[in-house]
Amino acid sequence: MSLDPAYLDYPRRREGYDHDLYPWSSIFDRAPVAWPSGARLAVWIVVSLEYFPLIPSDTPFRAPGHMATPYPDYRHYTARDYGTRVGIHRLLDAFAAVGVRVSVAANAEAARRNPELVERIVEAGHEIIAHSTDMNGTIATGLPEADEAALIAASLDGLEAATGTRPRGWLGIARSQSWTTPGLLRAAGVEYCCDWVNDELPWRFANGLANLPLNHELSDRQVIGVQQQSAENYAEQLCDAADYLSREAGVHGGRMLPIHLTPYISGLPYRIGAIEQLLRDLTARGDCWFARGDEILDAWAAA
Amino acid sequence: MKSDPALYPPGPAPRVTWPGGKSVAVWVAPNLEYYEIDPPAHPQRKSWARPHPDVVGYSHRDHSNRVSHWRMADAMGEHGFPGSVSLSVALCDHHPVVVADAAARGWEFFSHGIYNTRYAYGMSEDQERAIIADSLKTVREATGQTIRGWLAPALTHTENTFDLIAEAGLDYTCDLYHDDRPTSVATKTGRLTSIPYSLEVNDHYGFFIYNMSPRAYADALVRQFERLADEGGTVMCIPLHAYLIGQPHRIGPFADALRRIAADGRAWPTTAGAICDHWRAQQP
Repeated sequence: MSLDPAYLDYPRRREGYDHDLYPWSSIFDRAPVAWPSGARLAVWIVVSLEYFPLIPSDTPFRAPGHMATPYPDYRHYTARDYGTRVGIHRLLDAFAAVGVRVSVAANAEAARRNPELVERIVEAGHEIIAHSTDMNGTIATGLPEADEAALIAASLDGLEAATGTRPRGWLGIARSQSWTTPGLLRAAGVEYCCDWVNDELPWRFANGLANLPLNHELSDRQVIGVQQQSAENYAEQLCDAADYLSREAGVHGGRMLPIHLTPYISGLPYRIGAIEQLLRDLTARGDCWFARGDEILDAWAAA
Repeated sequence: MKSDPALYPPGPAPRVTWPGGKSVAVWVAPNLEYYEIDPPAHPQRKSWARPHPDVVGYSHRDHSNRVSHWRMADAMGEHGFPGSVSLSVALCDHHPVVVADAAARGWEFFSHGIYNTRYAYGMSEDQERAIIADSLKTVREATGQTIRGWLAPALTHTENTFDLIAEAGLDYTCDLYHDDRPTSVATKTGRLTSIPYSLEVNDHYGFFIYNMSPRAYADALVRQFERLADEGGTVMCIPLHAYLIGQPHRIGPFADALRRIAADGRAWPTTAGAICDHWRAQQP
């Protein structure tokens, strides 16, 4: 028995990555980043605003949180819709109570269907970034490039029509990309994506597109949904993260604390209190700058 | 194929003693890995859950080599725990800065294969010999160290693995989970010792199999240590992946667990190679 001899060939074994998408660097070797007003942490809250069609698509893959039972899956359709009708307002109230602005990663279809919600988000000064068309708009290698380009354009056009502003940022569903995504996003005029979770500061692809790492490990979907922790435990983990990053920032320069929230998870009545307390704790620290993704990108790029 | 691999003697293994009368040899095993973004397909195991590039899978692991390695290493150093590195040896080529950092800290290296995305299942003897020889040569050229141990790439083995690493002169394997103490491993030639590694307190298991919170994982490490210290003459391994333990919400509680273990006074903080030597010196 043996494997194909080519299995022991390593054509991309070389210094640097085994791809040319972006260059390597250690966060500890870079020039220190300074955030506005000397804050140690840029706290970046991202809220997903999603529309899950009752008929799910598996091409190229089914989005996390999508329909799970045989048609008609009213259970999941309505439980997700609860986030958009009710849960997100609890989150927006919580942000208003402490005076912070966030990025909302919106499906274009979710924005089209909810004009009053979009108005509330925009009036509060939050940023809207593109999160595909709806939760059937997944991207992965295998999706024809023309289809991917059309999907990106439909998302950006739809959100511009619904909000009056063309999004500067992009979050892929499940943070998934194909080989062509960075090039297509750049060609479509997108300035930053959030999908690559390899760092804790912004960085740029070789083509100039920026990446703001939206750490999935610090998301409510991961900690509460996947790892089955309570909202109180989630908040405690984020406070531990803030404590550690603040000390590191004191030595090495500004750090980011990304917090990715899902309305149908964190916006539930029994969980929202822990999120409200977390926001009070973080704003009371005095070392946090709560910022939208575009503000973080601009502050980083200006440095 | 064999139903009973007959790899080691019946157990539990007899008690051993450690330097300074310490109760438990504690070794920390950081996995310094490289996962390829577009590896070739293996007939028996997929590398990534999604079509390549699996952005979250790849970039999560890339976090080790951009951010979290240094956090993990500093926490270990602060509390006096050296590393015994489970190394994807191609990391010497891709990110020599990371390997040089580990070497400068005085850490020991053993091989974890070429890449963690190249699996040994189905390899011929000569193919497996080739990855062993590649490991010895690559680590020697990068660090000057001659590797003494093996943890199979992504824990993928053949029936020949132990014979072949012993034939190449390696002293220990970290692939067997049958005891809290070293044991001999039956091989055709050479002399091979099993050094207890751990799946159960591996950070990957803690966070993604048992879904522990960062503080719960830290407490589990301390309980594991205290029990093994009570029993005495044991080995505790703490296997780590920087992209997991070096996350901002985990590294603080983890560093505190190391502080508690060091402060207890019953730990011998050491390396896999030193455990192998001390155990061998006590064998008839």
